[in-house]
Amino acid sequence: MNRSTVAAIASGTASVLVLLVIWEVLGRATGIRPVVLPLPSQVLVELGAEWHWYLGHAAYTTMTTLAGFALSVVGGVLIGTAVASSRAAERFVYPLVVALNSVPKVAVAPLFVIWMGTGYEPKIAIAFLIAVFAIIVDTLHGLHSVPQDVLDVARVLKGRPLAVFFKVRLPGALPSIVAGMKVAVSLALVGAIVGEFVSSQRGLGYVIMSAQGTFDTVRVFAALVVLALLGLLLYGLLVAAERILTPWRATTA
Amino acid sequence: MIPTSVHARGVSKKYPGARGVQALQAVDADIGAGRFVSILGPSGCGKSTLLRCIAGLEGISSGTLDVAGQPVAGPPDGVGIVFQQHALLDWRSIRDNIVLPLEFAGKPVARHADKVDHLLQMTGLRDFAASYPRELSGGMRQRAAICRALVDDPPLLLMDEPFGALDALTRDQMNADLQRIWLETRNTVVFVTHGIAEAVFLGDEVLVFSPRPGRVAHRFVIDLPRPRPLAVRETPEFGRYTREIRELFGQMGLLDEAGATAS
Repeated sequence: MNRSTVAAIASGTASVLVLLVIWEVLGRATGIRPVVLPLPSQVLVELGAEWHWYLGHAAYTTMTTLAGFALSVVGGVLIGTAVASSRAAERFVYPLVVALNSVPKVAVAPLFVIWMGTGYEPKIAIAFLIAVFAIIVDTLHGLHSVPQDVLDVARVLKGRPLAVFFKVRLPGALPSIVAGMKVAVSLALVGAIVGEFVSSQRGLGYVIMSAQGTFDTVRVFAALVVLALLGLLLYGLLVAAERILTPWRATTA
Repeated sequence: MIPTSVHARGVSKKYPGARGVQALQAVDADIGAGRFVSILGPSGCGKSTLLRCIAGLEGISSGTLDVAGQPVAGPPDGVGIVFQQHALLDWRSIRDNIVLPLEFAGKPVARHADKVDHLLQMTGLRDFAASYPRELSGGMRQRAAICRALVDDPPLLLMDEPFGALDALTRDQMNADLQRIWLETRNTVVFVTHGIAEAVFLGDEVLVFSPRPGRVAHRFVIDLPRPRPLAVRETPEFGRYTREIRELFGQMGLLDEAGATAS
């Protein structure tokens, strides 16, 4: 981590802390009831007392998110490549992809429960479905963004199609694919939570739904805090992966 | 490496479509093996189109176009190409960019390390072998692109305004460097440019193209001894060539010093 990264993290943390202090002070001054809006200190106490329980649910949500994300990267790159590599596929498959994407994925979540039951499978499937379109679109965009001059050089050098794909087109598309992955990982988390909302006995989405049933607002906020941290962690991992996968580029965090 | 000859007879190129542009009109050109031939003309005259046809990147509409005695149908064997933009791969170091043609040809890269070192040495890039293209200046990137084009000893080197995006001083340097490199390689070079001085300085011959549709308006044989120093451009002999070419451009309505509008 270089100095500017450290500075960015420090200033980001500071602004969150300032907000929490203002929240705490205003909350105490107005005497607002915890069931409406709990104080940050109450949420902190809840997390401290039950951290082991929250960690277990967070692990489940992380597992389904990462599984859905991994599938979306593999599937998205494959579909994007297939669509980009043939005129026919672009004409017939891509409209289908766009049409499917315009269906709100949240609305089809119950369908997956009918098909796959209440285990981890429907959560992974929904996480995959929500995330995969970002990968497809960015893979396609990346493959099309390789400059014509570069492809012409490859043609004059008589590179075989497979060699040109792996040495020129795919690496050329990689920055775009990684940008898609940064979006997709957040979307996969949304998908996993949606899956847990619909039907689950485990995960942070389940924690939020069950706490809602008992009007336990403190617990809802505690789960939200864990979710926010999880989202940050996943995004941070992707930024680190970006530096490893595309070292020739200046990273934009 | 045996240099390649290029022969064009009545080559025309019309782009398809109702308002398709006639880019080339009955071009005749003979580019002898081992010759450095400049193709000079105004922007949009089709000189780049001819180069792309020789490279097999575009087909011709009529006429015959032979490279090394074979009609062009797709990229011929043994061609190196340099464009105005370097077209290097951003994710590869300069050295890894230069060996790309060897990889495509399925040749063992390690066995050509000396060749790569020599090219890097010749172009002053030795200390930048491990750098990424974005870390280099425009001139250095273009040198790397030339190294890449030369690494597999192509009998034919095609250059499409390779120094068009560089500043004047860098361009002078590149002209001097290219001549020095070419005197060593002696492959056939087709060098497309719109710079009169550059065309004369580098070329054994200058083929002057007319405005669209492009055809060869005149062929000048540049009879100046090599190696030519940059100062050759201030000699009367050099001036005679550039003046004749400028007058030809004037006759074609491309240069008008009276200030009337030239189309």
